[in-house]
Amino acid sequence: MKSILDLTALELGSKIKKREIGVIEAAKASLARMEALEPKLNCYVTVDERLTLAQAEKVQRQIDKGELRSPLAGVPVAIKDNLCMEGMPTTCSSHILENFVPTYTAEAVKRLLDAGAVVLGKTNMDEFAMGSTTETSAFGVTKNPWNPEHVPGGSSGGSCAAVAANECFYALGSDTGGSIRQPSSYCGVTGIKPTYGTVSRYGLIAYGSSLDQIGPVGKNVEDCAAVLELIASYDQKDSTSIRQRDLDFTSGLRDDVEKMRIGIPRDYFGEGLDKEVKAAVLKAAEVFREKGALVEEFDLSLVEYAIPAYYVIASAEASSNLSRFDGVKYGFRTKMYEGLHDMYKKSRSEGFGPEVKRRIMLGSFVLSSGYYDAYYLKALRTKALIKKAFDKAFLRYDVILGPTAPSTAPKLGESLSDPLKMYLGDIYTISVNLAGLPGMSVPCGRDSKGLPIGLQLIGDCFKEKHIIRAGYAYECSRSSEQPVLAGENEDIPQRIQGGAGI
Amino acid sequence: MSRQYETIIGLEVHVELATKTKIFCGCSTGFGGAPNTHTCPVCTGMPGSLPVLNRQVVEYALAVGLATNCSINQYCKFDRKNYFYPDNPQNYQISQLYLPICHDGWVEIETEAGKKKIHIHEIHMEEDAGKLMHDEWEDCSLVDYNRSGIPLIEIVSEPDMRSADEVIAYLEKLRLIIQYLGASDCKLQEGSMRADVNLSVRLVGDKELGTRTEMKNLNSFKAIARAIEGEKDRQIEILKDGKKVVQETRRWDDNKESSHAMRSKEDAQDYRYFPDPDLPPVRIDDAWLARVKAMQPELQEEKLKRYEREYQLPLYDARILTGSKHLADIFEETVSFCGKPKEVSNWLMTDAMRLLKEHEKEPEELSFSPKNLAKLIRLLEENVINRTVAKNIFEVIFAEDIDPEKYVEEKGLRVVSDEVALREVIGEILKKNPQSVVDYRAGKQKAMGFVVGQTMRAMKGKADPAVVNELVRELLDK
Repeated sequence: MKSILDLTALELGSKIKKREIGVIEAAKASLARMEALEPKLNCYVTVDERLTLAQAEKVQRQIDKGELRSPLAGVPVAIKDNLCMEGMPTTCSSHILENFVPTYTAEAVKRLLDAGAVVLGKTNMDEFAMGSTTETSAFGVTKNPWNPEHVPGGSSGGSCAAVAANECFYALGSDTGGSIRQPSSYCGVTGIKPTYGTVSRYGLIAYGSSLDQIGPVGKNVEDCAAVLELIASYDQKDSTSIRQRDLDFTSGLRDDVEKMRIGIPRDYFGEGLDKEVKAAVLKAAEVFREKGALVEEFDLSLVEYAIPAYYVIASAEASSNLSRFDGVKYGFRTKMYEGLHDMYKKSRSEGFGPEVKRRIMLGSFVLSSGYYDAYYLKALRTKALIKKAFDKAFLRYDVILGPTAPSTAPKLGESLSDPLKMYLGDIYTISVNLAGLPGMSVPCGRDSKGLPIGLQLIGDCFKEKHIIRAGYAYECSRSSEQPVLAGENEDIPQRIQGGAGI
Repeated sequence: MSRQYETIIGLEVHVELATKTKIFCGCSTGFGGAPNTHTCPVCTGMPGSLPVLNRQVVEYALAVGLATNCSINQYCKFDRKNYFYPDNPQNYQISQLYLPICHDGWVEIETEAGKKKIHIHEIHMEEDAGKLMHDEWEDCSLVDYNRSGIPLIEIVSEPDMRSADEVIAYLEKLRLIIQYLGASDCKLQEGSMRADVNLSVRLVGDKELGTRTEMKNLNSFKAIARAIEGEKDRQIEILKDGKKVVQETRRWDDNKESSHAMRSKEDAQDYRYFPDPDLPPVRIDDAWLARVKAMQPELQEEKLKRYEREYQLPLYDARILTGSKHLADIFEETVSFCGKPKEVSNWLMTDAMRLLKEHEKEPEELSFSPKNLAKLIRLLEENVINRTVAKNIFEVIFAEDIDPEKYVEEKGLRVVSDEVALREVIGEILKKNPQSVVDYRAGKQKAMGFVVGQTMRAMKGKADPAVVNELVRELLDK
């Protein structure tokens, strides 16, 4: 007998609909799991059990009255802590927002709530989504459920670790340079970064506004497609939101890649790529080939320019976006100060962590007069060239396949001392944000240390369905794996998910 | 003999646009709400909030640009101007630097020195900041974000002006154009029109511009004129002493009639402008531009010509009436009720203007209904009342906007032309003033005037003066 926790989000949703499992029962199961594992993993920043159960009761009533029809109604979810929720602290894992409680709910979260989602809590992240390990959080590191000595990746590390550890059924994350896909890869879960403009950013506390997108993290491709279908919408409150007609992403869930043209960029398999990761991804390419896809290698070009362009653009935007955190209106204010400027200086010096300060300084520098053209404008031009390179590739391919990250999850404490090395960890994901494309990470095995490896599928703008189809077909070819957590009964059967389309 | 200095002036004019809602959110732009009641997450800079551009702002900016002969950037962008100050909740202002909506325009002004073109460098859209209040008693500062996000256009002129007269003429011209467009009420006192004066001096004949200063806090035309005179003298004094003018921003204190430095160029901040990633570029397609063009109302110069042509008004009248959009509107509406354009013009130009002056008000503050003025003119024309009574009633209309027809009935102000009654009154007066009769008969015409005056007085001004004249003459001649 499968435990409730082993169900996928859609499986649970279907059982709730059939009255086989109650909404409160499901929420309680998640809360119990959290109680047991949080001391070890620290996936959540804020949990409000009372609120969760009240919400569960309300949703159950609505389901009983037949008011909720979503396939995910009643399914517990975890929300990254940079998404505003009315009445719930929203901190971005930063001291500067420690006491901030928004008066409004992010559009993406609102859409989930309207569909009957039950929120378990807000998940840990790198401070203001700046980092690749969740170690820059002001509220402690999150540990990788597969091996607590390793990082979960970042910045959506809390969301991905929570999904991997069954501390929720699915989660929302945000992705500016790989922040959904890279931790999904490290934690052995599935995550989608949609095309820029697909999900409203209203209520997402901005890091790099022109690159930020909200997306789903789930136990499999199917769940992610269903969640994306719920949160994607045109929103008048977000001027960069796009009116897209084709939003039924679940119709892409077909185990069929016959004649699908898949390109493998040679540039993604060069120096710096871990051998085991490379082998796993190339093995996955074979699976696609066997299933009838046309797989070939090609040269994408410009890959090496993505990281510098990204850090200029994202930091520039961040330096401006984060200037509103000044101790005047909300959030942290220093205790002792003399006058306005001293208050600004001390509040920000004490409120922000070192990685955030590093990027604010970098961003302020590249925008300052005399440097704007040399850095910021040049980075924008590079961004445009990268988009062109992808445009060219998508003339020939439906999907681009590569690794999500160059390695599996590093050990805790190894990354922060060398930020440049940490930045290189995002080399395969960053250009996708610069080009505004949809990308997805799907688990494709484990390395010799037992840590998960993820493959990345990249689609052309608004072609989420292509990557969903490819990801789903790949997933159907293998059984899913789940971490066995230390101290847990080792006899618990691993979640079997063969022929995923249940 | 010492050489003459000339003054070079350029203006940055901020105008609050008359939209119902703010530039990037749906909050009201209403003036005078309780602090922080016209606010939302967007205009208070809450994290996660996003700006959405109000189309009406673009249309007003386009209308002003078209009316000032500007070229339009049909692809324009918003940029962020980064600086820390608590009245600015995001610590950046959304403005336009790289691609402003309008550029390279001009307006023609007329001063005693003749006509002259003043060139406009650009017009850009931006958001206003909140208001800080410093509480000396509590030793704290408070901020009201009601004004945060009110739409502004900034009209930047070229340094084409040479005197306070030209500056005032330019500002009046802009104000008139913008009021005609309905894009703003342009009230300097209330801050819906604000002008910063950039001024430098140089010896006549010099090619190079001198070092300029920027003067802020000018909230009336008079203050602007005084500030220009003051700053010009200050700079000339400095140059005559062989010193150098420092490039700085100065604050004008109109009570002290002097200015003090706020910040020098060395302290000038680097605003780190960059395109706002939350706002896609604004594309103004030909159809949109054409729609705005088609909706442009008649501006002052056209209206003036039409008044001369259509209403046969003298140029003098037409100029005064069209000198205020509001006054012109009252004029046209009144004429639409009662015809008689010259008569309407006379009432507005003499009586209304006199009362405005007495009450120290602007034409914009006229608040009576044109219908009531039209009724008054009709009552006078139909001889229901006489002109003296009409003038008194107009004062009541001016103050309280009463209906003159009702007022005449209520107060019993109808003209008395009943000859029997008048004969009786005149008879009484002649009896009491036999000397007048003697004088008249001795050829003193003045005596008749005296009798007429006494009669009008006895009738409390309500008698028909023509009838009274006739009857007095008849009775004296008897």
